[in-house]
Amino acid sequence: MNTNNNTYTIVYASLVVIVVAFLLAFVSKVLEPQSLANERIDKKKQILASLNVRDVPNSDVESKYEELVLQDMIVDVNGQVVAEGNNHDKDGFALSMKEISPEKLPIYVCQVSPGKDGKKFVFPLIGKGLWGSIWGYIALNSDLRTVYGTYFSHQSETAGLGARITELAFQNQFVGKVISKDGSQDIDLTVVKSGRVQDTAVECDGITGATLTCNGVSDMLHDCLSNYKNYLKFDEK
Amino acid sequence: MSKMFSKDNREAFFNALNFNNPIAAQVLGICSALAVTSQLKPAIVMSFCVTCIVALSNVIISLIRKTIPNRIRIIIQLVVVAALVTIVSILLKAVAYDVSVQLSVYVGLIITNCILMGRLEAFAMMNGPWSSFLDGIGNGLGYAAFLISVGFVRELFGSGCLFGVKIIPDCVYSWGYVDNGMMTMPAMALIILGCLIALHRYLNKNKDI
Repeated sequence: MNTNNNTYTIVYASLVVIVVAFLLAFVSKVLEPQSLANERIDKKKQILASLNVRDVPNSDVESKYEELVLQDMIVDVNGQVVAEGNNHDKDGFALSMKEISPEKLPIYVCQVSPGKDGKKFVFPLIGKGLWGSIWGYIALNSDLRTVYGTYFSHQSETAGLGARITELAFQNQFVGKVISKDGSQDIDLTVVKSGRVQDTAVECDGITGATLTCNGVSDMLHDCLSNYKNYLKFDEK
Repeated sequence: MSKMFSKDNREAFFNALNFNNPIAAQVLGICSALAVTSQLKPAIVMSFCVTCIVALSNVIISLIRKTIPNRIRIIIQLVVVAALVTIVSILLKAVAYDVSVQLSVYVGLIITNCILMGRLEAFAMMNGPWSSFLDGIGNGLGYAAFLISVGFVRELFGSGCLFGVKIIPDCVYSWGYVDNGMMTMPAMALIILGCLIALHRYLNKNKDI
């Protein structure tokens, strides 16, 4: 058979493409529920990490999350509540990082210990690092000012430099700091160049050699938290 | 049985492992070897994925090699490889999510791993499925050997761990030992790889590579 004939070539190519397309569609559909579940667990793990609950085994993530997170509400930039978030991950949690907009801002209301002080609020963060996107979560105490915990992750920051924002030593620095100074109308929480911390209330020490990634973290904190200003009642202070 | 492991077939397998090693001798697939070797676990998963994909695509291409129109053979090879890689990446997402996050783009980049196209074009297009399978496994394992050695050195000296478990005891640190941060960067992988290739050439210096 002449395999160099034009008709044969075209038919052959089309057949291969159709077979491959069906195969891929089939595999992807069959495994979809499992990969979605994995993504959900991963997101819950990140939210738990911002509440300083780390190293939870994958099988316990769902129950731990259920125990700590009460609501996944959505607010808008004016501080109005769009959705209460009482329907089990259907509201704020269902919003992916890309879907977050000034009209739809998720907040996770959590209870880590009994009493009013045990109430924490987790806010998602998304921004740009040096090479790719960076994201994370920040948990605030019930005063909506003091940082309870943070979690940062990144797509492609330099290993050993910018990638160190994922390390506990960096994330734990934020604990106890406030997001804005007394009387300030702005988000003041920043990461400064390594060794240049002056105001310990709002400044975190950056990572040597990763100034641009750290600036990205600062911008991310500023931009994302600014959207919540009305909810955080900045004007009433 | 004797035919299955004939001299030619054995050569296809062991050559790829040793003096025709894809990394040391052919210097193919270096990009991923630098990128995923900062820890052992992703290095092993990557090696496993590449081995499976080389072997499978070698078999598939070898089975259909007589029907492939010559003018579009590279495209057909690419389609087969791309389909397999996509399946592997979907599987990883479903079964080992954290590893798939760690390997991120590199699973997708297996498509462009030169070892695959090199083996398909140089071996599978001219040989039967069984010897192509052996050649694929051999090349995959040859690639794995280097990836895992580099990963071992980098994780041990870069973070004092193996598989994420602390190996170097704390007392060594208290004597003033520090982890070598350079090891976690791709540049150091290139240097280690260079040393390994030099060693490999030294051991095989009587053979014509």
